[in-house]
Amino acid sequence: MKYDLGPLGAAHKIRHADPHGVYVTKFKDAEHLIRLAAVVLLGFLLLLVLRSQYIPKSFGEFGFYRGAALAEISSKPINYAGHQACEVCHSEVLEIKKAGKHAGVNCEACHGPLAKHADDPSAETLKLPDTAVLCARCHEANLAKPKTFPQVVSADHSGGQVCKTCHLPHSPLLQPAPVLQSGGKK
Amino acid sequence: MPVNGFMYPNEIELQWSVMIVVYPFVTGLVAGAFILASLERIFHVEAVKPTYRLALLTALSFLLVAPLPLQLHLGHPERSLEMYLTPHTTSAMAMFGFVYLWYLMAVILLEIWLEYRKEIVLLSQSSTGPKRWLYKALTLGSTNISEGALRVDDKVGWVVTLIGIPSAFLLHGYVGFIFGSIKANPWWSTPLMPVVFIFSAMVSGIAMVMLLYMAMMKIRKQPIDMRCVDTIAQYLFYTFILDFSLEMLDLIQRIYEADESFRSLDFMVHTKLYFSQVVLQIIIGTLVPLAALGVIQVFNIPEKIRRATYAIAGCLTIIGIFAMRWNVVIGGQLFSKSFLGYTTYKLNLISREGELISAALLILPFIILAVLMKILSPWPAETLSAEDGVSVAGAQ
Amino acid sequence: MTTRRHFLLLLPAAALSWEYLMAGTPEAAPNFSENEHWWGMLLDIDKCIGCGNCVRACSTENQVPEGYFRTWVERYHIEDWQQETPQVDSPDGGKNGFPPSTAVGGKNFFVPKLCNHCVDSPCTQVCPVGATFHTKDGVVLVDEKYCLGCRYCIQACPYGCRFLHPTKKTAEKCSLCYHRITKGLTTACAENCPTGARQLADLKNPADPIHEYLKTHSVQVLKPHLATGAKMFYHDLDGSVR
Repeated sequence: MKYDLGPLGAAHKIRHADPHGVYVTKFKDAEHLIRLAAVVLLGFLLLLVLRSQYIPKSFGEFGFYRGAALAEISSKPINYAGHQACEVCHSEVLEIKKAGKHAGVNCEACHGPLAKHADDPSAETLKLPDTAVLCARCHEANLAKPKTFPQVVSADHSGGQVCKTCHLPHSPLLQPAPVLQSGGKK
Repeated sequence: MPVNGFMYPNEIELQWSVMIVVYPFVTGLVAGAFILASLERIFHVEAVKPTYRLALLTALSFLLVAPLPLQLHLGHPERSLEMYLTPHTTSAMAMFGFVYLWYLMAVILLEIWLEYRKEIVLLSQSSTGPKRWLYKALTLGSTNISEGALRVDDKVGWVVTLIGIPSAFLLHGYVGFIFGSIKANPWWSTPLMPVVFIFSAMVSGIAMVMLLYMAMMKIRKQPIDMRCVDTIAQYLFYTFILDFSLEMLDLIQRIYEADESFRSLDFMVHTKLYFSQVVLQIIIGTLVPLAALGVIQVFNIPEKIRRATYAIAGCLTIIGIFAMRWNVVIGGQLFSKSFLGYTTYKLNLISREGELISAALLILPFIILAVLMKILSPWPAETLSAEDGVSVAGAQ
Repeated sequence: MTTRRHFLLLLPAAALSWEYLMAGTPEAAPNFSENEHWWGMLLDIDKCIGCGNCVRACSTENQVPEGYFRTWVERYHIEDWQQETPQVDSPDGGKNGFPPSTAVGGKNFFVPKLCNHCVDSPCTQVCPVGATFHTKDGVVLVDEKYCLGCRYCIQACPYGCRFLHPTKKTAEKCSLCYHRITKGLTTACAENCPTGARQLADLKNPADPIHEYLKTHSVQVLKPHLATGAKMFYHDLDGSVR
């Protein structure tokens, strides 16, 4: 049977009710607690060993994260070469574009991701996008587009003709587009 | 996925599933059961003593199941050890790993061990076969069950229970904190969240132990100690009033202040969340049990009717608290953070985070409890019979 | 043998081991130092035409899975003075542009959105294991090899910019094209924006035009009341924008 200890003053009470001093915790009566403490300590040590084994080596190098992640993320593959890369070889297109309304439109915005082509021009050839779809994306009239932005209702505007009939994509002047040479590399 | 109005594109799919509803429900039961146990140990409510050991075993059963819904939910459960290896100290979730470990080791297991040590030692000597090895292992090699040793156990057990009370609050309160501290989500973000979670946990835990006690006594064909059950029901009633008041306070203040999120949340409660919040949680899960328990406090109701009322009220309470977890977790993800739209939660029957798994997780603790009761009987030795299937310590 | 000879013999061995060690290290851009940059972005609402180029480009550059978005564009329609109840849509995140507006009149505009790379980001605060973090140059990244997929960060982000990758099962979001900006390129979205509505800004570079811009234009951030320290600066962001 357990002793009913009562509120916090219990120990005090027992001591006074125990004039022969039997109530002295002998070591052997608390020995099982020492055993328990030993088991807990063992568990704690195990956790420490696990820590040293399983925490990634670069963790904490730069902050509270795996330092190696920075390099991993930085080295992901690039798909868009960036307009500076295109301009190295295609300078004559750049000359035409610079003078017109599309000066600020980068090459890959229309031509798609061409990092592979920039790395090895022979590998992937230029894929010319469909102008009817491409031009409409930006220039089809929409109430939410800024009022100053050139936009048309293509059905009314061109009566079904593709945009290239009248507009040169690199410099969209309203005049017959000159016949393009295929390729265009310097 | 059906969306009403506008949701940010990445918000349409719910992130935290029913697994994250089951989880606080289970830890809530742990905390609540433990608080009931502490009523006797610390606050000397003698009347509930028959449920002391049962409450401890119940807490352990649910505690062992608690990590399972989380593991099922994680994208990479095999990496979950990272929470112990590199816990981010600003993350409440990371700190939980240690609170759980603390609660399991330093509170529940320790208290059960100290409480049952005498039986464990006796059974390690009297039982045969594999059970003998189990008990022998549990003794940790010590067979000292002298009066002095037992007195030490009692004192230490008392301290453990005392520490266990704030630990229980921490165990479940932190879940409330995880939700309450997310400023991005106005359905969750309130300082009241940890408090509401703790009180609803106490309600569910007390109700669960009460139901288990009555059920087990019926199964064992033993008389139900009415003084015990009446006292538990009383505590349930008062705790419930506190819990309900806190939830109503949150609701009323929200309605009164009507900040930018209010219109959206209000609409959600009246439509998508109507059944689970108003009908299931508030009316069926709170008001009905409160009224039933309240009537018993005021009027003299005969024993048989009281028992039936406790059983029904207990069940409704458990359902109501589950609904509360659902309303918090799922409800918090049904509306857009733009306050301009709503989405739907698709709960699959058969999936890693589906209905069947949820049901299984909710049944599992009872299976574990049944096993635990066979190993460490919560019933007084003089009432044990062959049906309990437990070798009686010291029996010839 | 003399000590010097011993030492000379060691050199090739040291060189070989160094080579071996470095072999596993991906090549970073030469001369890139984290401490020299503090990244942000300028988004000009006056210029956005809702073409969806940015969404498509980001999707291609970063292999973003279908139905999830590291960046997206929203279209707003505000009736007269109804600032608190805008009508918003974002069909497939604006990936294929927007169909013609059905609502006539009122105020209409597009808002491109992405991760705000907040200085006091709630997402990095709540990550339990340090899988999402700030770099020294102000970019919030996710370590997909370390992320557990607990989704706490996704819940904590007020802007809805995070998602769980459906096959990798880790959290993902805009990385400000860290793999590009550390090599002197701009982000995929800014590169492909035809009107210059999105422009990468280096707040630590005194020559960056952002500094002059911030001095002479009115700028806003999303959800300023949440004090996240967002670094995506909007120009002419209407008050109705959520």
